[in-house]
Amino acid sequence: MARKSFIGEYVDYLKQSKKWWLAPVMAVIGLLGVLVVLGGTSVAPFIYTLF
Amino acid sequence: MKILGISAFYHDSAAALIIDGQIVAAAQEERFTRKKHDEEFPKNAIDYCLSIGGITADQLDYVVFYEKPLLKFDRLMETYIGYAPQGFASFKKALPTWLKKKLFLPREIDKGLGGIYHGPILFPEHHQSHAASAFFPSPFEKAAVLTIDGVGEWASTSIAIGDGHNLKMLKEIRFPHSLGLLYSAFTYYTGFKVNSGEYKLMGLAPYGEPIYVDKIKQMIDIKEDGSYRLDMSYFNYAQGLTMTSDKFHDLFGGPARQRETDATQKDMDIAASIQAVTEEIMKKLAKHALEITGTRNLCMAGGVALNCVGNGKILQEVEGLDNLFIQPASGDAGGALGAALFAWHQILKNPRTVNGKDDLQKGSLLGPSFTNDQVAEALKGYNAKSHYHATEEALAEAVSQALADSKVVGLFNGRAEFGPRALGARSIIGDPRNPEMQKIMNLKIKFRESFRPFAPCVLEEDMQKYFELRAPSPYMLLVGKVKDSIKKELTEEEKKLFGIAKLNVPRSTVPAITHVDYSARVQSVDDKRNPRLHRIMTKFKEKTDCSVIINTSFNVRGEPIVLTPEDAYRCFMFTHMDVLVLENHVLYKEEQEKLEGADEHLADFELD
Repeated sequence: MARKSFIGEYVDYLKQSKKWWLAPVMAVIGLLGVLVVLGGTSVAPFIYTLF
Repeated sequence: MKILGISAFYHDSAAALIIDGQIVAAAQEERFTRKKHDEEFPKNAIDYCLSIGGITADQLDYVVFYEKPLLKFDRLMETYIGYAPQGFASFKKALPTWLKKKLFLPREIDKGLGGIYHGPILFPEHHQSHAASAFFPSPFEKAAVLTIDGVGEWASTSIAIGDGHNLKMLKEIRFPHSLGLLYSAFTYYTGFKVNSGEYKLMGLAPYGEPIYVDKIKQMIDIKEDGSYRLDMSYFNYAQGLTMTSDKFHDLFGGPARQRETDATQKDMDIAASIQAVTEEIMKKLAKHALEITGTRNLCMAGGVALNCVGNGKILQEVEGLDNLFIQPASGDAGGALGAALFAWHQILKNPRTVNGKDDLQKGSLLGPSFTNDQVAEALKGYNAKSHYHATEEALAEAVSQALADSKVVGLFNGRAEFGPRALGARSIIGDPRNPEMQKIMNLKIKFRESFRPFAPCVLEEDMQKYFELRAPSPYMLLVGKVKDSIKKELTEEEKKLFGIAKLNVPRSTVPAITHVDYSARVQSVDDKRNPRLHRIMTKFKEKTDCSVIINTSFNVRGEPIVLTPEDAYRCFMFTHMDVLVLENHVLYKEEQEKLEGADEHLADFELD
């Protein structure tokens, strides 16, 4: 069974869940996320991690 | 066919291996790494499972991860969008780990398996894994399946029906509405650590009165079918870094209790109140699950299914319930087992054979074991003095005598438990008739809060003489009241005591395991699942006419349950335990040389 790339999996997910509106939002969030990662700042720890 | 289930990167990472549908091995990573609730990739647990199966990773047919990362990411992002710009601090914290690791799980799994596994990786939903872990090992051909936890992807509570090898999800309640997170919010507010202190809150509840139920019901709307909706203005977990909001604190008249300060009567009353509300929801959900599935059998899993007081109420009080099975590893660790079983039965459509009576969990004794030779080798390293008992009879005689002499005994025996409860394989045991035993074990052995109760093991054949439970409780997941016949009448003065002062009053002929509300978290011991423990207890009964012993996990506060003979020996030497049983070797404290390093060792474990 060939494995799909992350992008392929994500497109499948959007198709199945019909959440196309998420695609542009995700792109912006992803970009912002990359900036956060590169920024490398830390914030206070969670009391409870939800992810 | 060989299927590996994995739970990782959230709470309690674990691995489970099933071969041709049989559960071969399962273990939690924390037991190997000695880091409580370890969430890292379960490399050690996987290596152990593969070694028991006699295979390497390239011989696996399927690897199954216990939840869907994309769906979880979807929930996170939609929540952030919904609360923006409020949740930015949380967003900033969450994103790096998702972008670096959690969105690329196949890569992480490949890496963790040494790059030699190239087969399929499956991702059932979090609650499907929980439901599978509850139903597939159960003894039932058909059952309602109720799963309740904090949150997985979206679902926090679900009802399914299990029939043969099929599991069909019927209903769910979605994040942010969550009974698990509601309980965790109160865990936080009453000064305990979230995700590990919930059972302390449950233990504190009997000291209080449920006078805050009405206030709690201002923040949750509960329907007759058990469904519920939280008023999110009282909580901060969806968008912030804490559990509760200022509105919550205003409602209860102040901020959360600081950790490691003494619990007040108010904390105890709050604990009693949230426990009462939780039980009400659990019972309503259980009743509704039975009604809509048309069955009289119920299976449960998810973190809330470790609320054994609630479970006991379901067993004793829910109409229409005949039989109950609760997955012993109901937390996220059990998701590894559920994921593997889900693939075998649900996806690959393999039938299951059950007899309606015996579960397929194998006593939950699915972890590593050590031979007497390995024990001897480990003891040599410590220059320890031990007595070897070649026969089971001689061993049971020695251990039961120590118990009858009021000694505290560390029992290390066979395969380690899978799940949070010590069931006699890695347990500390003692005489429950001694009224001082609860304090001794809490303060001198476990180094933990004195209010916390201890659980009993009872010979299954004698359970009805001691406890009000209408079914055996082999996995210590049910709380029942002690029988009137063994209760001790309280004096008028004693009845007037409240709060922690209640603790010092013996309430039954087995006071060390009788909580202040006359309840006990029972483990019934039979000679099939736990033959050695059953033999020891039978001998103890012959000597004392008592069929009950205290059973608590073999660890100190904050430490994962011991796994190896070395872990056990260190725990034995660094506490006030009197006797250590390592398979057929028996060690007495007074015969051992002093072992240095107690302070450093104990400091390794972060308080839970």
